[in-house]
Amino acid sequence: MNPRRIGAMLALSALLAPAHAQTEIQWWHSMTGANNTGVNELATRFNASQKEYKIVPVFKGSYPESMTAAIAAFRAGNPPHILQVFEVGTATMMSAKGAIVPVAKVMADAKEPFDPKAYLPTVTGYYSDSKGNMLSYPFNSSTVVFYVNKDAFKKAGLDGEKAPRTWKEFVAAAEKLKASGQECVYSTGWPAWMHIENFSAWHNVPIGTKQNGMAGTDTEFTINSPLHLRHVAMLGDMAKKGLFTYSGRRNEAEARFASGECAMMTSSTGAQGTIGRTAKFAWSVNFIPYHDDVKGAPQNSVIGGASLWVMAKKPAADYKGVAKFFAFLSQPDIQMFWHTSTGYVPITQAAYEMTKKSGFYDKNPGHELAVKQLTNKPPTENSKGLRFGNYVQGREVIEEEMEAVFAGTKDAKSAMNDAVRRGNDILRKFEAANK
Amino acid sequence: MEKRVVFRSAWLPYALVAPQIAVTIVFFFWPAVQAGWYSFQLQDAFGERTQFVGLANFAALFRDSNYLHSFQITAFFSMMVAGSGIAISLLLAAMADRVIRGALAYRTLLIWPYAVASAVAGVLWLFLFAPSIGIITFALRSIGINWDWVLQGNQAMLLVVIAATWKQISYNFLFFVAGLQSIPKSLIEAAAIDGAGPGRRFWTIVLPLLSPTAFFLLVVNIVYAFFDTFGVIDATTQGGPAGATQILVYKVYYDGVKAADLGGSSAQSVILMVIVIALTVVQFRYIERKVQY
Repeated sequence: MNPRRIGAMLALSALLAPAHAQTEIQWWHSMTGANNTGVNELATRFNASQKEYKIVPVFKGSYPESMTAAIAAFRAGNPPHILQVFEVGTATMMSAKGAIVPVAKVMADAKEPFDPKAYLPTVTGYYSDSKGNMLSYPFNSSTVVFYVNKDAFKKAGLDGEKAPRTWKEFVAAAEKLKASGQECVYSTGWPAWMHIENFSAWHNVPIGTKQNGMAGTDTEFTINSPLHLRHVAMLGDMAKKGLFTYSGRRNEAEARFASGECAMMTSSTGAQGTIGRTAKFAWSVNFIPYHDDVKGAPQNSVIGGASLWVMAKKPAADYKGVAKFFAFLSQPDIQMFWHTSTGYVPITQAAYEMTKKSGFYDKNPGHELAVKQLTNKPPTENSKGLRFGNYVQGREVIEEEMEAVFAGTKDAKSAMNDAVRRGNDILRKFEAANK
Repeated sequence: MEKRVVFRSAWLPYALVAPQIAVTIVFFFWPAVQAGWYSFQLQDAFGERTQFVGLANFAALFRDSNYLHSFQITAFFSMMVAGSGIAISLLLAAMADRVIRGALAYRTLLIWPYAVASAVAGVLWLFLFAPSIGIITFALRSIGINWDWVLQGNQAMLLVVIAATWKQISYNFLFFVAGLQSIPKSLIEAAAIDGAGPGRRFWTIVLPLLSPTAFFLLVVNIVYAFFDTFGVIDATTQGGPAGATQILVYKVYYDGVKAADLGGSSAQSVILMVIVIALTVVQFRYIERKVQY
């Protein structure tokens, strides 16, 4: 071997050496489409910003699938560092004290700056324990908004610029739309999230006792209150009259609105991307309607989406890298990139201000509306979020009972009473398992 | 006289069946025993805290009226899938057996659906019957049927029965075609000479001779409907609307895999296991007597 070749090899190995010393941080997520591209972009930018750590994003299927995969991996002793968990899994993660490391602790141990007050209060509240410690890192937060097809409104003789603000106005508009020949007047994505969770927060009524479960696992559902019954009965009545078309438990309604089939819809802020690409009509994003005779309404809506959990059982040194990544994610320009490219809400005040200044909201008023709705009033005990154990099952029970009302096979009262009874059984089981 | 072949070696026969026994133990008995053990436990999702709770998981299930209701749904679903699957494939097999020209092409086409994964089959039917964009929905609406399985439980049930049956028809068809071919032509010809029409020949000769095949398929189809159909349901109705298509095995899958409720899910699978064992015993003891080998 000639000396030159050896020299070249030495130079090469010197180049490669830091790559070997890099610590890999596994990040399991459930983002698809444009959101997946965003996740990869975030990882690329972070990896380029420093040399010590390498974030490796891995798509692990839908939210429940990636959570199941992480649970299996944890039981086998090899969990990822960071796991993206949807909001309904929050209580399950929070109770798994040995399986997670609170984000506040990760940041403090690594001496990275972290100020929970920098986040929108609805966001912080959702992911903090009763003492105010942030347990997971809020990543992609959305909320539910009210979409209106302005062209369909005009066709029905309504003012397309004035979307209904109250449910009374809503029903009146729906009747006119129906009379104009609109086949699907209104549909909704995520029925329980919209018509139970956000409905309750928006009217400042509890979903469950103990501050919606935030103050303890001995919580019970209270979704059979007179206001809840009245609202569910109203929806059932609308379904009977053909003013409300049920589409399913997930976001099936979004395609029906985007195609022009349905004239009004309540669904996630995240739908704006798809609607913007496919809708061939003028549309607007609005506050969700409220019952104007309820005192204090409208309050503020609650978030959905997911947060990032740090898993336990990893080498101590790795957590420094996780902390660095979270600090990186908290920067306003990174937040703004994520917000504007995905439709999720900006979760820090600074990112919101920055996006506002950039003029983005002038062209995309819908993106700002979600923030305004989330921060409409300072959150109360009823509107800062919810935390119910095994809510994957609980939400399903609620949706099953609501479907029975929409199909006309049960009245609102017996359906919601059953939802409370069955939901409470699930809560008791969770309480017993996590004592 | 019959010639019997025996192994001289004492260990060779055991060595030869050992792999099969090992596979059965590892993949069938071990998980079954584990499910039985978990069904007496209450665990949090991550398995950090485990308590022995005796029969509490079972008690909780039988307190739940919806769980009891899903027994009825499962019974109805399984009968529909097994019954219509066997009837339709018998019809198709009898028809294909009579075809002379291009018989191979017909048979091949009829066997195809078996190669389709159940989740894919579910999605196919989902598209055809989708409430707003489905092509069959469009046709049904135009003749005045309000097709909306997202809310109408009966329609949702019909959809999953069709999707699950369609997948199983090929399998049944294959066995019936083989069964038909093993029936001696001379028997049928003799009957024809005696003046029996095609219908009578089928009912008095073909069907009794096919009864072993039909019995075997009954057992297999019921097991299929009980265990193998959750892929179809997950891809289409996910147990909805209002639990109208929530068959037992889908709830096992949902509670265990999606909702991380291991104890409850294990208790359900133990119950399911007992039911299927009981059904199979009943089938072999009572229905098999009517079978003519």
